[in-house]
Amino acid sequence: MKSMTKNKAVVEAVAQIIFTICAFFAVLAVISITLYMIISGTPAIFKVGLKEILFSTTWAPTAANPQFGILYVILTSIIGTTLAILIGVPVGVLTAVFLAEVASKELAAVVKPAVELLAGIPSVVYGLLGIYLLNPLMYKIELALFKDSATHQFTGGANLLSAVLVLAIMILPTVINISETSIRAVQPSIKSASLALGATQIQTIFKAILPAAKSGIVTAIVLGVGRAIGEAMAITLVSGGVVNVPLPFNSVRFLTTAIVSEMGYSSGTHRQVLFTIGLVLFVFIMLINILLNKLLKKGGSGNE
Amino acid sequence: MSSGTLLVKRKRPMDMLLRVSIYAAACFSVALLLGIIGYVFYKGFHIVNWSFLTTVTSARKQTVGILGNLFNTLYIVIITLLIATPLGVGAAIYLNEYAKPGRLVSLIEFTTETLSGIPSVIFGLFGMVFFGNTLGLSYSILTGSLTLTLMVLPLITRNTQEALRTVPDSYRSGALGMGATKWYMIRTILLPSSMPGIVTGIILALGRIVGESAALLFTAGSGYLLPRFGDDFMKNMGKLAHKALESGGTLTIELYLRMQNGEYETAFGIGCVLVIIVLILNLLTKIVANKLKPH
Repeated sequence: MKSMTKNKAVVEAVAQIIFTICAFFAVLAVISITLYMIISGTPAIFKVGLKEILFSTTWAPTAANPQFGILYVILTSIIGTTLAILIGVPVGVLTAVFLAEVASKELAAVVKPAVELLAGIPSVVYGLLGIYLLNPLMYKIELALFKDSATHQFTGGANLLSAVLVLAIMILPTVINISETSIRAVQPSIKSASLALGATQIQTIFKAILPAAKSGIVTAIVLGVGRAIGEAMAITLVSGGVVNVPLPFNSVRFLTTAIVSEMGYSSGTHRQVLFTIGLVLFVFIMLINILLNKLLKKGGSGNE
Repeated sequence: MSSGTLLVKRKRPMDMLLRVSIYAAACFSVALLLGIIGYVFYKGFHIVNWSFLTTVTSARKQTVGILGNLFNTLYIVIITLLIATPLGVGAAIYLNEYAKPGRLVSLIEFTTETLSGIPSVIFGLFGMVFFGNTLGLSYSILTGSLTLTLMVLPLITRNTQEALRTVPDSYRSGALGMGATKWYMIRTILLPSSMPGIVTGIILALGRIVGESAALLFTAGSGYLLPRFGDDFMKNMGKLAHKALESGGTLTIELYLRMQNGEYETAFGIGCVLVIIVLILNLLTKIVANKLKPH
């Protein structure tokens, strides 16, 4: 009898230890990823020089006198993400308003699963459609716009704008889901007070409900930024492949696409600089995560 | 007929405009989905036939097929889930049943959150350097699976946590009050009641693995051949085990490579197979979620 109780106690202790280890796995993973990104991303900085890498615009990694300036790559990611947010967020928030406030239950039951499905489609499929449908269309526009330009380098439609459109579509599900949840979480009294004062449904939505759901919508935007800046495979081929000034009709390289398309054949310093690009991306993502964590905490305490 | 009475509503052009844009946005989102799925089927469905699904691309036999990629995808899914499910469920049990709220829990929750926000390219780089180089697994199915384990861990943890939260506290106190030990209570009461949540997490993880590409390109590589199976069962098992240490490209990787080479026909064929898998998984999630609802 005594040994059985003892056995049980051992089993209990072992179970607790195993669960604790499982829980610490995420901590361990984040710490090792951070360490490894720093370890593999910094050698190039010492070799080439931080200023040279971050603030030089010439990217010629395989030239006889190689140059590793990634300023345009960083700018492309920032500008590309900003444009994608500017296009994707209004559409996403309005769709969320539709789902939460305008649509009947039956209609919402059709639209909602559609949005969920959009989130599940693999990024390579978005890339395939981008390169097959969007790029030829862009090429036509490009031909019309730059017909008489002597300096424009034609890209065949693989440009920043194509990538921005693909990204804008890819962040839609995230923006829609988070905004819808936050719109639905707005206290009904706010809505009824506004309606009782004689405001129309549309006035109520835009002047009372959306302001009340602001923190949730900001969270949605931040999550969207995270998705857009980290997306790689959907835009690798769609965005072209030259490090360039991020103008709409230029062939460009993002932080992510530079890694994906050059890692395969790179070696030596070139490879190390690609890891530095990875480190830059990682720093962006960590900043976004910390911001997100702050926002969620603030939102959490606001609801209590 | 005359304006200025209380009965005639003032027309608000701004209201109209906003209302129209709300409808337009919603229509756009739905049309987008229908367009994407419809177009992929239109371009790809006629490519998908028995030989496409059951052969390996070979110049000698003149076949174009994705059996090797299907095999690799399945292999990676199985290994990843075998590792990630116990870890994720275990972590959720610790967070929900053992840990006391405080700094430690918020640290674990913050890192879990962070892990789910890290882009797949970064996972790919980390997997390549850590599992590939440091642990010496190079480009292999195992490297890919271990990398993806980190990626899907938060999904499983979070879904299990949510399911555990919905189990009423009276179940816990009931079991403990009758003299059950904590582990016995978790095993016989909590886990069975939160099974739909755990399964949802697993299906979502499955979907992410099937659709993942950036994290696999530099970890699992792009091999598309099947191991040469013979008649001897033990030898086949040996080959299967050895395959885990060899490079293996999933469906998404094959799609990417085909797209890069401009072979759009095959690419759309693979895209079609992927979309069908996504649709099936989505349906499965719905069925499981319905089970979760109280009757």
